[in-house]
Amino acid sequence: MSDKSIVDQVRETQVWKSIFRHGPPNNARNRAAIVAGNVFLHLHPIKLKKSGVQLGYTWCMGGLTFFIFLSLTVTGVLLMFYYRPTAEYAFNDIVALREHVPLGIMREIHRWGAHAMVITVWLHMFRVFMTGSYKPPREFNWGVGVILLVLTLLLSFTGYLLPWDQLAIWAITVGSNMAKATPFLGHGGPGATLAQIGDFILVSDKNDVRFQLLGGRFVGEPALLRFYILHCVFIPLVVGVLIAIHFWRVRKDGGISAPL
Amino acid sequence: MEALKEFVNILSGPQYSFTLTLIMFYLLMKYYRIIGTKKFAWGFVILMTPVYLWFMSDDVFRTIIATPDNIPISILLFSVFFFTWLTVHKAAINDERIEAGECPIEGLPENREKVWSWPNLVYNELFVIIAGTIFLIVWAIIFKAPLEEPANPTWAPNPAKAPWYFLGLQEMLVYFDPWMAGVVLPVFIIIGLVAIPYIDTNPKGNGYYTFSERKMAISCFMFGWLVLWIFLIIIGTFLRGPNWTFYGPFEYWDFHKVVAEANINLSEIIWIKMLGTTMPSNLIVREIFGIFVILAYFGISGAMITKKWGQDILEKTGKIRYYFFLFLVLFMATLPIKMYLRWLFTLKYIVALPEWELNL
Ligand code: HEM
Repeated sequence: MSDKSIVDQVRETQVWKSIFRHGPPNNARNRAAIVAGNVFLHLHPIKLKKSGVQLGYTWCMGGLTFFIFLSLTVTGVLLMFYYRPTAEYAFNDIVALREHVPLGIMREIHRWGAHAMVITVWLHMFRVFMTGSYKPPREFNWGVGVILLVLTLLLSFTGYLLPWDQLAIWAITVGSNMAKATPFLGHGGPGATLAQIGDFILVSDKNDVRFQLLGGRFVGEPALLRFYILHCVFIPLVVGVLIAIHFWRVRKDGGISAPL
Repeated sequence: MEALKEFVNILSGPQYSFTLTLIMFYLLMKYYRIIGTKKFAWGFVILMTPVYLWFMSDDVFRTIIATPDNIPISILLFSVFFFTWLTVHKAAINDERIEAGECPIEGLPENREKVWSWPNLVYNELFVIIAGTIFLIVWAIIFKAPLEEPANPTWAPNPAKAPWYFLGLQEMLVYFDPWMAGVVLPVFIIIGLVAIPYIDTNPKGNGYYTFSERKMAISCFMFGWLVLWIFLIIIGTFLRGPNWTFYGPFEYWDFHKVVAEANINLSEIIWIKMLGTTMPSNLIVREIFGIFVILAYFGISGAMITKKWGQDILEKTGKIRYYFFLFLVLFMATLPIKMYLRWLFTLKYIVALPEWELNL
């Protein structure tokens, strides 16, 4: 016993062995077992081409995007403990968050992380384009990626409203006013005035797409609740599912792209 | 110094800075092998650092740049510069190898060799996670998340800006109506992006950096991404003040700047100025020239482009792919075209049908 290092002694305890079912990563069999036997690591292949590991090739931008997404999930859950999505409380809860919560940088990490994720997802797309990685057999995964990009922007956009300050409601007003101009579906868009039966106007500011988005004719309390649910529940769930598909397909399409 | 600042202010005007960006883009595409050298990169950094410091020494400029919500755009800008250079650098090396009959770097035997995920990949990821965590925490400690006055639906701030990643679209509102800038163009951007793998049938350049083997695809993509998307975001964030008026980087946003905007529709130019009559009351007759211009743009110029440059791609990729590609490119080009028409002829709309909310 005494000539073994502490690490090895720990490795031999029943507790350790019950958690990690493999030995130290000093031989091929164990290295394979580590990756294949861990629910998180098994997203990876056991072995891969060296070019796919190099930071200079992938920039690990997709991985970084995923990491930021996870950080946002964690900090977002923490923020939800303090935040109530009503016109009465929302703003004050954010003020309380910055004034009364000790060492509070969760809101900062969440906000800057959201910005950073937009940047990294763009750069990831740029890398994938520049290495031609959308070419067969990866066409479909590129499409999944584009949807992820759009959802990332929407996540960021819906979150922008939640602090319920001037910056928030007016940025969302500017953004959602665009929906008003949707052809045929928005009351200020081309074709909307044509959709009339006699005197009855089919598309008005009380039923067009912007109304559906905001739950009203302007950015008010119903919009806050809608954006809150989209931001905290619906879009993250969809993004989570799509990321799972995205990763699955990276593997199934033959791993990180490399010259044929 | 003041004169120099005044000069920079004028040069930043959208019409000049966009033209400069176009020229820079052309140079990048043409001389990417020189730009992709490390020497060039260092030269650029050494040259630009004093310029950047000089910009930052100006109070007005620093106020805008250091607004917490604008920090991401600086980060975006630096990373776009860096990663564009990096791809060009790698492409230049590979292109030279390919010309010499060698394989790209990524295809060398030592890079095709299979390595264990543990530790190679997992440790890289760990490094990225740690670096990312440190970066976010430092950023979060230095810059407080902004919080303004409580929401007040009766008082709009001026300018009211969308979040920065949508400012390219908001900037397009200067040249297009909301239904184009806010709905049709974004939808086509998304459709166009999804369609890329199905349009681009060139099998080369899959899995390594190259430019010479994919000139067409890369220049189209980079044009949309750098010259249109990134450029418009920068104008929209840093150079648009109250009432969406243009302000140079050293110009104080003083709310009183009045810019005489006498934009005029194509129909008015033709009927009133050129033909000297009144505007016809029939809407279609009134706008007939504009409608013709639009149709001719897509039809005639499309046919001419096909004849001059397109035959090759048309044969290789087939009709559907080719014409869809042509349509997307022509559609993307409407934005810079409309920008120049505005700057050169103060043209407002080519087709102006406010009666139907249909202005182009
Ligand atoms: C939430 C957003 C996204 C996440 C978390 C994500 C994550 C990842 C990860 C971890 C990889 C492995 C390689 C790497 O790190 O580069 C990857 C590969 C890939 N991604 Fe994404 N991605 C996202 C968005 C996108 C977007 C916007 C696109 C393109 C429009 C895209 C297209 C692809 C493709 C085609 C691959 C395979 C690349 C190759 O084989 O070289 N992804 N993604």
